[in-house]
Amino acid sequence: MRESTFRTQMIEAREAPDQRRGISGWLRANLFNGPLNSVVSVAVIGLLAWILWPFLKWAVVDANFLGSTREDCTGSGACWVFISARFESIIYGFYPAAERWRVDIVFALMAVLVAWLAIPRLPKKRLVGLFTLVGFPIIAWFLLLGGHFGLPEVPTRAWGGLMLTLTVATVGIVGSLPLGVILALGRRSKMPFVKSVCVIFIEFWRGVPLITVLFMASVMLPLFVPGNVEFDKLLRALIGIMFFWSAYMAEVVRGGLQAIGKGQNEAGQALGLGYWQRMGLIILPQALKLVIPGIVNTFIALFKDTSLVLIIGLFDLLAIIRAGLTDSNWLGFSTEGYVFAALVFWIFCFSMSRYSQYIERRLNTSYRR
Amino acid sequence: MSEAQAAAAPGGDKPMIQIEHLNKWYGSFHVLRDIDLTVTRGERIVICGPSGSGKSTMIRCINHLEEHQQGSIVVNGIPMNHDIKRIEQIRRNVGMVFQHFNLFPHLTVLENCCLAQIWVQKKPRAEAEKTAMEYLERVQIANQAKKYPGQLSGGQQQRVAIARALCMRPEVMLFDEPTSALDPEMIKEVLDVMIELAHEGMTMLCVTHEMGFAKTVADRVIFMDQGQIIEEAPPETFFNNPRSERTQLFLSQILGH
Repeated sequence: MRESTFRTQMIEAREAPDQRRGISGWLRANLFNGPLNSVVSVAVIGLLAWILWPFLKWAVVDANFLGSTREDCTGSGACWVFISARFESIIYGFYPAAERWRVDIVFALMAVLVAWLAIPRLPKKRLVGLFTLVGFPIIAWFLLLGGHFGLPEVPTRAWGGLMLTLTVATVGIVGSLPLGVILALGRRSKMPFVKSVCVIFIEFWRGVPLITVLFMASVMLPLFVPGNVEFDKLLRALIGIMFFWSAYMAEVVRGGLQAIGKGQNEAGQALGLGYWQRMGLIILPQALKLVIPGIVNTFIALFKDTSLVLIIGLFDLLAIIRAGLTDSNWLGFSTEGYVFAALVFWIFCFSMSRYSQYIERRLNTSYRR
Repeated sequence: MSEAQAAAAPGGDKPMIQIEHLNKWYGSFHVLRDIDLTVTRGERIVICGPSGSGKSTMIRCINHLEEHQQGSIVVNGIPMNHDIKRIEQIRRNVGMVFQHFNLFPHLTVLENCCLAQIWVQKKPRAEAEKTAMEYLERVQIANQAKKYPGQLSGGQQQRVAIARALCMRPEVMLFDEPTSALDPEMIKEVLDVMIELAHEGMTMLCVTHEMGFAKTVADRVIFMDQGQIIEEAPPETFFNNPRSERTQLFLSQILGH
């Protein structure tokens, strides 16, 4: 018969063993742990070099950066002079040169506000947020469009380039999220009327291609409204884009709402909180946090699809570059143009993606140990 | 002052909760059948019964987390109807503790306790925090106020949930199986808080299978089965001389091993 055992002294907690490995340790662990993996690693690195090197040679080593005319393109690689020569129009479109300071102010103000809201350390978030959502659009509207306070009017058909891309993307992003949240809540409503309106809205806008929406906004809508009522073409496109993406946003947000257990809502009810309080204070903060990846995914898709406005005759970043390619002085520089456009889009989209990952980590309180 | 508010003024002998002829169906399934129950001020009631007997559903009708189809419920002099204003007025008087705690995971313990004080009772934040700390102190968890619920054990979370409900200074507390989701080691810390609350004279309705708790604090034990109240008696009578056979069987099953 075995004797029973028992412990008289508890084991003290000890430090975990050192798990840092250094560069060579990292290489060994991740790239060269075994003969097969070593071969695969070398092959992949070789393949990357084989693909990337010609591109780098074209884009950097053999490229021309300085100059102002076609004659300055002497190298065998890319000629970025095309971009620098047309830089102003890429940024401002057809915005009159004398008025471009107005765009600069709006851009600078937006950069400051976005940075302020994005950096958690800075104070007065609520005030700045309110100003960004209410004050800034009004200021931007008066500055960009003009026609008041002695500023000459610049009609929206003169807007273009990066400035137009950012305007469309910002309005789309800022408009589609709240509208999407409202639609998502409406779709889960117990009130049959509210619910069916939201379902029909979402399914309609989600069921048509964005190009169709833009065409309808620019070509068909004027047929239905009385001739003397003039809606701005850009405004129509903006509303179309906002509605279209809010339908997508609604479904993303609804996914988040469904992931929140009904106990959360019941706890709120039991405490006497009303519907909007429960949604705003308990359900949405949790649901939106869960679907940050989906929301940012939609933002990125929206940002890239702003280039579709070219089919209704608005010249966004991509369209203005394409227009530059038809300039007889600069025929044959399409590769440079498209690579540059791709780079600009990529920088904006990648920034959004990185920021969303940062925010996700920062908000990850609920299961933090 | 509205009529309902006037009725809500401390009314001495008026019953705290009066349920008459309560009937409820889920689709065609009859979950609550002719429930009559009167709870006087300060009374402690334990409700037990097999699962699916309608005990949780019944107490959830009291703060309208479940909607009933027939019968009347009057809480603290306020008759329940479908008006959301009226329902919210009743909920302000009724605290509830859930089986799965239902703390808000994105808020700290302190914020959990302050949220409804600030938004429902419109208290200034400082005052709400003071009240919250008082009650957290009473459930002996004030030192965890800055933590998030996910960082606490089940027993600690449930004590926070009790404090959160008490912060609203309710007249009645409903407990829906408050210890069923807890590890055995943590049940006692929650029951101790509930026993203390009972000794302070809080009106309590507890759905629980903790028969020790029922014997210690209950004024009345109610046994439910198939949506009906089968037996209703003071704990001594209930445990020693249960009259119905169904109750005897139930007791032999839960106390027998």
